Amino acid sequence: MAVVCLHGPLRNLAGARAEQEVAGATVHELLCALEDLHPAVAGWILDERGAIRRHINVFVNGERGRERTVVGTADRVEILPAITGGGT
Amino acid sequence: MTELLLGTKKGLFALEGEPGSAFELRCRAFAGEPIDFAVRDPASGRAIATSTSPFYGPKIWFAEDPAGEWTQAEGVALPEGGDRALERIWVIVPGDDGNLYAGGDPGVLFESRDAGATWELNGALWEHRVNEDWQPGGGGLCLHSIAPWPGEPDKLAVAVSAAGVWLTEDHGATWSRGNRGIVPRYLPEEALEDTFQLCVHRMERASRDPERMFIQFHGGVYRSDDAGQNWTAIGEGLPSDFGFPLALDPSDPDSAYVIPLTGDFDRVTPEGHVRVYETRDGGATWTPRGDGLPSAQAYLTVLRRAFDRAGEGSSLQLYFGATSGDVFGSGDAGASWFTAATRLPPVFSVTASE
Repeated sequence: MAVVCLHGPLRNLAGARAEQEVAGATVHELLCALEDLHPAVAGWILDERGAIRRHINVFVNGERGRERTVVGTADRVEILPAITGGGT
Repeated sequence: MTELLLGTKKGLFALEGEPGSAFELRCRAFAGEPIDFAVRDPASGRAIATSTSPFYGPKIWFAEDPAGEWTQAEGVALPEGGDRALERIWVIVPGDDGNLYAGGDPGVLFESRDAGATWELNGALWEHRVNEDWQPGGGGLCLHSIAPWPGEPDKLAVAVSAAGVWLTEDHGATWSRGNRGIVPRYLPEEALEDTFQLCVHRMERASRDPERMFIQFHGGVYRSDDAGQNWTAIGEGLPSDFGFPLALDPSDPDSAYVIPLTGDFDRVTPEGHVRVYETRDGGATWTPRGDGLPSAQAYLTVLRRAFDRAGEGSSLQLYFGATSGDVFGSGDAGASWFTAATRLPPVFSVTASE
């Protein structure tokens, strides 16, 4: 399973663990599985359409990922708030 | 003691005080987060707040004490798998039977029957939204005004920018439009007859005469005497009939207060002079109320939900906040004003309770 790294308030919503293993063949599948594991995360990363929120960045092994990006079992997935979201 | 809950660009501020002097800051919650609206639920005593994190999306929260722990409410989302997402919750209004209503973008209404812990989307209004061509105003497609009918919880009116007024008499099972008489001056004359692109800025109902309602429109102030079916322009006598906020004195169905801005081309208080305008005759005449408010070099913007009242009659309290971070209040129905707070973040919303 891929290792998911969460930051900011997402970490507390997901059991206060900095890293955890989550199953999923794509970023979308992995994020849905994360919501199943930690229902409090629902709505925070994916919106109702199943899209990654505009100011959330997902990186797969350091490369920017989108919903359909393939995830391997040895991959590392980082979920971070984007620098564009804060405004002033 | 009066409590003010301020939604600001950088958190929720709870102030306490007595009319006439500066209020004390009791607590700040959600530091750094935009808080669109916060209100004290009179039925449960809970504080209910809405946030729109630029990262994590819109949420509703509730707390027994705003200085304590906040819990995220459930059900605040559109149906999964569609092509739209919830953008923002603009307002929360207590109903007449202990329930709560929340309005938001894109033109959505939610209801809670458990003091804000869980929410359910009004499906009938959402179907209108999905099947019709609702156009957003400058602030988005926001359902920003919810007017319950005292004593008749099945009757409700809501207003959407820019999809006009919607009325229900069966607790939201069916909805009809209530727009006759409203003239959108921002459209060409040929388009007026058939348009539903109506940019209501705020709507309120007179609690002692529920058929009496008022609207601050995008250019125009209107009164209805038949529960929102028909509207009569009453903006003559104001320095500008453009503005956002609106408040009523519950003791007087002929009363309304507005805060005019110069126009949609210049959304600040006219000529640098801050004044609230009051009518006590249903809009036939308007009286400026500015004693104690900045009278020079004050170009304030007061947003649609940043004006509220507590009490009624001669002891009616009025409070409004500006995007400058200033909050002003009156303890004598607008006859005189004081500065309740300054140097806060831009104020999005104000609610007052005693």
